[in-house]
Amino acid sequence: MAPVAPRSGDAVFANIERVNAELFTLTYGAIVRQLLTDLEEVEEVNKQLDQMGYNIGIRLIDEFLAKSNISRCVDFKETAEVIAKVGFKMFLGVSASVTNWEADGTCCSLVLEDNPLVDFVELPDTCQGLYYCNILSGVIRGALEMVSMKTEVTWVRDMLRGDDAYELRVKLLKQVPEEYPYKDDE
Amino acid sequence: MGKREVVESCMDNLMIEMVSAYCNQFYATKPELAARRIEAIGYHVGHQLSERYTMEHPRFSDHLEAIKFICKDFWSELFKKQIDNLKTNHRGTFVLQDNRFRWLTRMSISPTNTDLSQDSSITTIENKALQATSMYLYFPCGIIRGALSNLGIACAVSADMSNHPACSFVVRVKA
Repeated sequence: MAPVAPRSGDAVFANIERVNAELFTLTYGAIVRQLLTDLEEVEEVNKQLDQMGYNIGIRLIDEFLAKSNISRCVDFKETAEVIAKVGFKMFLGVSASVTNWEADGTCCSLVLEDNPLVDFVELPDTCQGLYYCNILSGVIRGALEMVSMKTEVTWVRDMLRGDDAYELRVKLLKQVPEEYPYKDDE
Repeated sequence: MGKREVVESCMDNLMIEMVSAYCNQFYATKPELAARRIEAIGYHVGHQLSERYTMEHPRFSDHLEAIKFICKDFWSELFKKQIDNLKTNHRGTFVLQDNRFRWLTRMSISPTNTDLSQDSSITTIENKALQATSMYLYFPCGIIRGALSNLGIACAVSADMSNHPACSFVVRVKA
């Protein structure tokens, strides 16, 4: 069977069930707000958002692979481009750019100029230290872990903190060789 | 430019994690507290959305007009369909039925999705899934209560999903 051609983020986004982004954005905001009340410590909220993102990422990768028809990436560089151009686009409707590569090709930045998570958001002074969009870094980390890449994802720039864009630093820590054939449970 | 949209699974995943965090993590032994938090999150969302969607809307003359707004305009913004059936006893109770409630049709949680701990037996997973499904409904209940509260109507909202995937929301206006 001939391989199915990969689809662009735009094509997937156009042909998939979508919802009102306001609902999504306000729900995320209300969750962050409730977490701040319940967990009290901003650092704990950051951790919680990252964990929620991670849990989402490990599920989202299946939908991503199924709907985008993307096959194996040759290297981390291609992976980063795919996340930026297809991943962000097909789920959030925005694309990111990949910049600031380290010479060894294991660390780069994803820069988002448009970010639906933060529409209508203003952080009060009491939330200093909050990485409001930390769920995104968790999603990327979780999704990449499912395709055998251990990564560390951190925020470098955050418009809610006064920067001019959102910049995520993605560092490849380890590429775990895939075991094949997969082990059966029984 | 049209309204901004995101892919539906983003919203689904966010709800899954919200319910999971409150039910399995923070209040694993106190479902009523988890429910209250989830409802509060919904309330906040409903309040804000209602604020936005009524900006250019004239004031509602009575409760029924406000409820009709929820059934038509508000529901359409959220689910791209209206509430299918509205009943009232004309004494402050309204039943809003959605014959195919989007979040119930998409949210049937299979055990594989909720299986975070390897050692749980199948039955606890199934119980958890059932409990989680009903937990999800506190979220839209909160949304409706928040939306009506923004329209000046204090009420209590509960949900009945016995006719799954239909879902009825019962609004009791506080006297």
